[in-house]
Amino acid sequence: MRMPKARGPLSEWVVARLAEGDTYLGGSAPLPADQDDEAIALWTLHELSYRGFEDASDDAERNPVVVVVRHDLESSLERRLRGRWDHADRPNLPAAADVPAELEELVASDDGPSLADHVRRSADVDQVLELLRQRSVYQLKEADPTAWVVPHLPTRAKAALMELQFDEYGNGNPNLLHAHLFAKGLESVGLRSEYGGYVDDALPETLELNNALSMFGMQRRLRGAAMGHLAAFEMTSSLPARKIAQGLGRLGLDGDMVGYYDEHVEADAVHEQLAARDICGTLAEDEPDQVAEILFGAFTCLDLESRVATALFRAWGVER
Amino acid sequence: MSEADFDHPDIVLEPHGPMLVRGASTIRDAEGTLHRVERPVVALCRCDKSSRKPWCDGTHKVIPRR
Ligand code: FES
Ligand SMILES: [Fe+2]
Ligand SMILES: [Fe+2]
Repeated sequence: MRMPKARGPLSEWVVARLAEGDTYLGGSAPLPADQDDEAIALWTLHELSYRGFEDASDDAERNPVVVVVRHDLESSLERRLRGRWDHADRPNLPAAADVPAELEELVASDDGPSLADHVRRSADVDQVLELLRQRSVYQLKEADPTAWVVPHLPTRAKAALMELQFDEYGNGNPNLLHAHLFAKGLESVGLRSEYGGYVDDALPETLELNNALSMFGMQRRLRGAAMGHLAAFEMTSSLPARKIAQGLGRLGLDGDMVGYYDEHVEADAVHEQLAARDICGTLAEDEPDQVAEILFGAFTCLDLESRVATALFRAWGVER
Repeated sequence: MSEADFDHPDIVLEPHGPMLVRGASTIRDAEGTLHRVERPVVALCRCDKSSRKPWCDGTHKVIPRR
């Protein structure tokens, strides 16, 4: 993959620094033009810790100048996310044993706009393809941001996360790996399947969602938020996956993409139980100071998904 | 923390939810059809409303609880 197109002075600076290799001296980064510029800059920096870029230096990941910029961008993202949580109608902090029930409450009371309902009933082919391009930014590295969290967890939550992740990674069979199923799905509907292929089309909301997931995954301090995010994600997956599969069928887009969503109807019905109870429930019992973090992560998942949905509906001129 | 072993049942009844089964290889559903199990843990529908029986598809969440 090549580095994405810059979207302003900050991302332009980042892309130029990463291309230079390990000999540059740095200087300070310019201020971002807007949230879009900031988001693509952070996305690019995070990607150095996944697969990297052909046109970026392999040494860039731990270059001190780059690390400082990444730190500042993550701090600003985290402040924004916590600010939204502070303003949310949040529940009283539950006891550790009540965390799975509280997660259910949080998910049940989510009233964000539903892309899945739209796909099932009324989306046209162009809208579905646009949605899949946006989703591809995460889905082509599905489960990878969560893999960082394994070493940060106590015994029970760690074993349960591995049980879930093993399924995401195809239970050892590369043909069943979820990101691979999605790649095949993209091809089946006539889209490109290469890793990172549609990042230049990603909305700022899509990038923010991906950046939050990477930041939660990579920082030990944010393990509770990462697992709360995972739980909310899995708990809002099987029913919507079924609706999306129905919508794809309605539009004649049968084939591997339907297979991908069908797989998620069944898999995520299992994963949501593991994530809410065996992962978040035991983490809360073993590390009670993570209770608030788990709920913050779950809220953030629902909030960011709803921002992506709102942005897409706005772009399509669909009234919600 | 003491290093006692943990409970790790093969079969778990989730409150208001499915039955999780670990390590099964085949399941016979209520119609008598045999299903091969493709994953290490499966969720079997207990609410009887799933569209993918014998598997849970999350439908139990939209059924009012009694
Ligand atoms: S128990 Fe989940 S759909 Fe029936
Ligand atoms: Fe998955
Ligand atoms: Fe999953």
